[in-house]
Amino acid sequence: MESKRLASPYLVWMAIFTVVPLGIVVWYAFTDSTGAFTLGNISRMGTYWPIFLKSIWLAILSSFICLLIGYPVAYTIAGASPKGQRLLYMLVMLPMCMSFLLRTLAWVALLDDTGIINNLIRSLGLKPLPLIRNDAAVVLGMVYNYLPYMIMPLYTVLLKIDRRLTEAAEDLGCRPGEVFTRVTLPLSVPGIISGFTMVFVPAVSTFYISQKMGSSGTTLIGDVIESQFKAAYNPNLGAALSLALMVLVLACVAIMNRFSDGEEVATI
Amino acid sequence: MKTFNRVFTVIVFLFLYIPMIVLAVASFNTGTDIAVWKGFTFAQYGALFKDGALLPLLLNSVIVAVISSLAATVLGTMAALGIRAMSPRMRSATMAVTNIPMTNPEIVTGVSLALLFAFVGQMLKINGIMGFATLLIAHITFNLPYVILSVMPKLGQMDPNLRDAALDLGCTPVQAFFKVIIHEILPGIISGAMMAFTMSLDDFVISYFVYGPNFVTLPVEIYNYTKKPLQPKIYALFTLLFLVILVMMVLMNLLQARDEARQRNARGVFGVRKGAKA
Repeated sequence: MESKRLASPYLVWMAIFTVVPLGIVVWYAFTDSTGAFTLGNISRMGTYWPIFLKSIWLAILSSFICLLIGYPVAYTIAGASPKGQRLLYMLVMLPMCMSFLLRTLAWVALLDDTGIINNLIRSLGLKPLPLIRNDAAVVLGMVYNYLPYMIMPLYTVLLKIDRRLTEAAEDLGCRPGEVFTRVTLPLSVPGIISGFTMVFVPAVSTFYISQKMGSSGTTLIGDVIESQFKAAYNPNLGAALSLALMVLVLACVAIMNRFSDGEEVATI
Repeated sequence: MKTFNRVFTVIVFLFLYIPMIVLAVASFNTGTDIAVWKGFTFAQYGALFKDGALLPLLLNSVIVAVISSLAATVLGTMAALGIRAMSPRMRSATMAVTNIPMTNPEIVTGVSLALLFAFVGQMLKINGIMGFATLLIAHITFNLPYVILSVMPKLGQMDPNLRDAALDLGCTPVQAFFKVIIHEILPGIISGAMMAFTMSLDDFVISYFVYGPNFVTLPVEIYNYTKKPLQPKIYALFTLLFLVILVMMVLMNLLQARDEARQRNARGVFGVRKGAKA
């Protein structure tokens, strides 16, 4: 059929603006500032290993918390009336459309040493709490910003579960808890994996959240990459770090896809 | 269990909306410190429209969002039609490429495009290549997958005989598209376009790497702002944008509701025609 050709402009576009740029990243990663081949950028990765580990750890922690918080919410939304579902789904989507920079700043205003919460605590005559510039605050920022990415795929998957399956489980003598652990939960695994990926990827590569809510001890890999391009202008090292981040993310996605037994991972 | 879930859901929604409330309240504050309430005023809204430094940046964001989402919608819809007609192997290769910007961290997409533009700038000896064009290209690139992934399912739901029928009845392929196919996949096109528009309007990470000083969008400027003390009128702008997006979302919701009602009513060819007019 000739309509295959309709995709050619798209394919050309993606080749130039997606595939070629990734090639350039690889090329920069293996050259120095004069353009000569070097493995120096890659061998310098070792010094950034602790930062990589920290980023991965905080991102995994955030993804887990998102899953724990998001699952009951997605479950409730999927159980609502069609009208209620649409409304609640919209309420989940809405924050994502607003400037995440300003929403993060609002959290800074809430948690700061002279912020809203600490002002309240002070007015009660208590000692202010160290709520910001630590790992917990960074995780809070990640959970807050990326929670909708967890809820959406979970909701989509839960909605598709055939009611007759849970009814059959009940008829066959499962207690409500068992229906959940033996039927609903296993059937929602694709949504869990998809949600986990959708939270993990932006969380592991963020730089704004860690800049605003973290301290110098919570420098993440995104911060390092950003500074290579914006402050310490060293695009070769930045490219090498980007390459490492990309490989890391692809590996994580591949591992998570294996968990779903080759089932197609649900998307939004 | 059910009550627990409900209460929990309400708490989570409060959590999601706390920052909005903080910013909306701050937009009416007479003081400049977001954490200290001094008194009620509309002055920030007045300042926002009077000083006119922020609104042109918002306009820049809207221009990029409109053009990039329109271009992505046209290119992406064409691509979705083309992908449908591909052999399975070709199709899965194309979808793999489509998924690259979706799975790659935004910062990597931004960095890779920045390096490409810098490279081209060096080759062609253009100083300051970063600007409107690079921003637009980057936005079209990350918008395309959203359009494709929302049009493809609609094409899948469509009865393939409709196109053949249109062709048999004397339509050219182009006429078949505009007279028949587009009505079937329009909800997918619209939701893809809207998704692309909102993604583009609020994009910071990718824009941050490919913008130039001559053409700054609002999120990039907010980022540059947040290194200095923030001007309260930005809260006013946020609150207004929140209302605009709320209205847009409600409209999108109504459209979806109509689409669902249409699909329920659709019974064969006659049902579809009736639905299409409604």
